[in-house]
Amino acid sequence: MPYTILKKRELAQGTVVENVIQAPRIAAKAKPGQFVMLRANETGERIPLTMADSDPEKGTITLIYQVVGKTTAMLKNMEVGDSILDIAGPLGKPAHIGKVGTVVCVGGGTGIAVLHPITRAFKQAGNKTIAICGARCEDLLILEDAMEAASNECMICTDDGSCGYHGFGTDLLLQVLTRETVNLVVGIGPVPMMKAVCRLTREHGIKTLVSLNAIMVDGTGMCGCCRVTVGNQTRFACVDGPEFDGHLVDFDELSKRLAGYMTHEKESMERYKGECACKAQG
Amino acid sequence: MAKESVPRQKMPEQAASERRRNFKEVPLGYTPELAKLEASRCIQCKVPGCRKGCPVGIDIPGFIKQIAENNFAAGIAKLKETNALPAVCGRVCPQESQCEAQCIIGKKDEPVAIGRLERFLADWERSTGAVKLPQKAAPTGRRVGVVGSGPAGLTVAGDLILLGHEVTVFEAFHKPGGVLLYGIPEFRLPKEILFAEINYLERLGVKFECNTVVGKLVSLEELFAEGYDALFVAVGAGLPNFLGVPGENLIGVYSANEYLTRSNLMKAYLFPEYDTPIVRGKNVVVVGAGNVAMDSARTAMRLGADTVTIVYRRSREEMPARAEEIHHAEEEGIELKLLNNPVRFLGNEKGWLTGMECVRMELGEPDDSGRRRPVAIPDSKFQMPCDLAVIAVGAGANPLLTGSTPGLTLNKRGYIIAEPETGKTTMRGVWAGGDIVTGMATVIEAMGAGRRAATSMHKYLSLGW
Ligand SMILES: Cc1cc2nc3c(=O)[nH]c(=O)nc-3n(C[C@H](O)[C@H](O)[C@H](O)COP(=O)(O)OP(=O)(O)OC[C@H]3O[C@@H](n4cnc5c(N)ncnc54)[C@H](O)[C@@H]3O)c2cc1C
Ligand SMILES: Cc1cc2nc3c(=O)[nH]c(=O)nc-3n(C[C@H](O)[C@H](O)[C@H](O)COP(=O)(O)OP(=O)(O)OC[C@H]3O[C@@H](n4cnc5c(N)ncnc54)[C@H](O)[C@@H]3O)c2cc1C
Ligand code: SF4
Ligand code: SF4
Ligand code: FES
Repeated sequence: MPYTILKKRELAQGTVVENVIQAPRIAAKAKPGQFVMLRANETGERIPLTMADSDPEKGTITLIYQVVGKTTAMLKNMEVGDSILDIAGPLGKPAHIGKVGTVVCVGGGTGIAVLHPITRAFKQAGNKTIAICGARCEDLLILEDAMEAASNECMICTDDGSCGYHGFGTDLLLQVLTRETVNLVVGIGPVPMMKAVCRLTREHGIKTLVSLNAIMVDGTGMCGCCRVTVGNQTRFACVDGPEFDGHLVDFDELSKRLAGYMTHEKESMERYKGECACKAQG
Repeated sequence: MAKESVPRQKMPEQAASERRRNFKEVPLGYTPELAKLEASRCIQCKVPGCRKGCPVGIDIPGFIKQIAENNFAAGIAKLKETNALPAVCGRVCPQESQCEAQCIIGKKDEPVAIGRLERFLADWERSTGAVKLPQKAAPTGRRVGVVGSGPAGLTVAGDLILLGHEVTVFEAFHKPGGVLLYGIPEFRLPKEILFAEINYLERLGVKFECNTVVGKLVSLEELFAEGYDALFVAVGAGLPNFLGVPGENLIGVYSANEYLTRSNLMKAYLFPEYDTPIVRGKNVVVVGAGNVAMDSARTAMRLGADTVTIVYRRSREEMPARAEEIHHAEEEGIELKLLNNPVRFLGNEKGWLTGMECVRMELGEPDDSGRRRPVAIPDSKFQMPCDLAVIAVGAGANPLLTGSTPGLTLNKRGYIIAEPETGKTTMRGVWAGGDIVTGMATVIEAMGAGRRAATSMHKYLSLGW
């Protein structure tokens, strides 16, 4: 059954793409926080992407990805009507959604796409949800409207001050923490951001959940590629996570492991750009 | 005694100096002449020991006789009565401890090369395009679901489709084959052979649904609700063991599962034509001494390593790999460092592996398994530099499916409990077999379990539980 792209939308000046994809069986089962493993074509790599949304009635899933390397660049070059070769899922444990009181959801960059369905689910479960969305600048900010709708209060910040508060999401988080009682923090974004959020919430003794984006191959607990250290124990992000207690995560190890294939990734991307240029000329 | 004077025929193979840098198959197979000569060594025992040594009880003298008499088509037909994947088994069975171990000729001389002859017939059939589709029984209207497409699952699919049932195989990965696809490398089992076998099953009418992670996308209960009448679970033993020593999460330390999956399934050995990257080590260590360790070491050599060292805490005698694989590995320049045990991995500030610290071992008293237990020699630690380490110290039971299926009873180690003669589990309508029942065993044992389960499932589908 083909995983056909039904909709395509470019966000953040084309650095981020949203695809709505036909995948009825996955859509019927998907829960917030779960991901899929996809392979764009026959020579492609298997990469994990979180489902930013799913619609069991329409039989579709939504993926939102930042274009960072060859696979995501290839996906971006696919048009409505094209099909993705393989999509397996839903994988990973769903986010733990419960009624806890006040939940602050802090998202950075493309992490906001992953955070959005979780924020919405917390609100639907009867929590007061406060969203904090950060980006480097206004042009790179995504999903403000959706986050606004998914939360009781939505705060925006940018590193350069081009939109919302001028500064980091952790500054806004600190404001909220000093202002009111918070029962849970969810932080999803680049590793340094999640690390900073956890440093702050640890000081305040507030439980914090993060979603770890370790490199993966199978996504079913078979290879151990995605291993992360949590509470001094090795866990597999694909089956034990991707959500973990942020106060126990070894973020430095994760950062290093994420950089393990940098030279390969550059080579793949350069080659791909070359191929695209050739096609454009020919 | 003219027959016994013919020596065991060697199989032509690629020279070690050449093959250590390419992924083409190592042994090249018998020519018809060599096959007939080798077949002539079989004395056609009335009570053949060899047959008892084969887990599926192939009529070995029966098929060998046909080769000797130049009736290759009749030979392959005989073989296929009991073995659906002869091209695979002829290559990867541990014959020296199974069929060939019991061959009478082996008492005085070298045993008849049963595996090589099996492979010869299967290759002859494939290369001459002589593969015939057998007659299927009339449709029964019964639907069977097979979870996992390794040798156990493929066997059940092949048997039950011929008996007239509808069969769908669910596979988590994007292609079927199980360990035959993602574990065993191209140079030992060319994937073209596997694809031919899958294609044969497809032509018989077996449906393959890939990208289907059962337990996540769909549960066994839901498959019954969708109209399946019986299910066979053969998800393999897909959980990598690690050593649990410091530094194991450094970049450059892989489980064998990851290393081999990247190389075989994802074709990382063809990077950058294929997108999946793999660390190409200059100085590689492989920890462990089974077939998986040999495959990893030989893969690393082919990916351009200067040195590849197998580190094992016991001695040569206890190495679980097939003799032929160890021999091939050594010929290709892979070194064995026996009676050494890794105690930690060393890395640089970027998190990359730079070395391994080991302790020397000696053999003490026998343990539960009857093997002498290795014990560390005090003050014998030493370090060896390495930039790639592959951990190949066995596998466990992956809990993804079993953990979400309360109806299945598991043993202490997480494997599914199933009746040995039938494969029946504690869940009505569900059978299991292969590595997820026995722990990592062999291809032919997984196929044997599949055969027994298929027989029992057919009985159930015709008569009831
Ligand atoms: C559970 C999970 C959910 C994710 N969800 C999203 C999402 O919703 N949106 C999004 O934009 N990104 C998401 N990511 C990250 C995404 O998988 C990577 O950006 C993607 O793999 C990059 O592939 P590439 O070929 O384009 O880039 P590459 O050039 O190959 O890699 C760029 C960077 O991506 C990371 N990466 C590379 N390969 C993999 C891999 N096989 N698995 C994981 N990370 C890899 C590495 O850190 C690398 O440095 C998620 C990751 C995980 C683990
Ligand atoms: C590197 C290596 C080398 C080996 N060499 C030899 C050898 O030379 N000779 C020999 O006889 N044996 C060898 N073995 C052992 C042999 O391959 C196994 O015993 C055999 O493959 C087991 O077969 P199986 O059908 O039980 O499972 P597997 O072959 O493991 O197949 C299981 C399949 O199920 C799929 N699966 C898992 N979970 C799910 C799920 N939830 N939903 C859907 N699908 C799922 C997996 O992706 C996989 O494709 C080797 C093993 C390895 C790893
Ligand atoms: S299937 Fe394996 S054990 Fe049986 S005869 Fe063939 S090679 Fe020997
Ligand atoms: S035991 Fe050896 S000689 Fe006897 S039938 Fe078997 S293969 Fe032939
Ligand atoms: S990606 Fe292989 S175990 Fe998680």
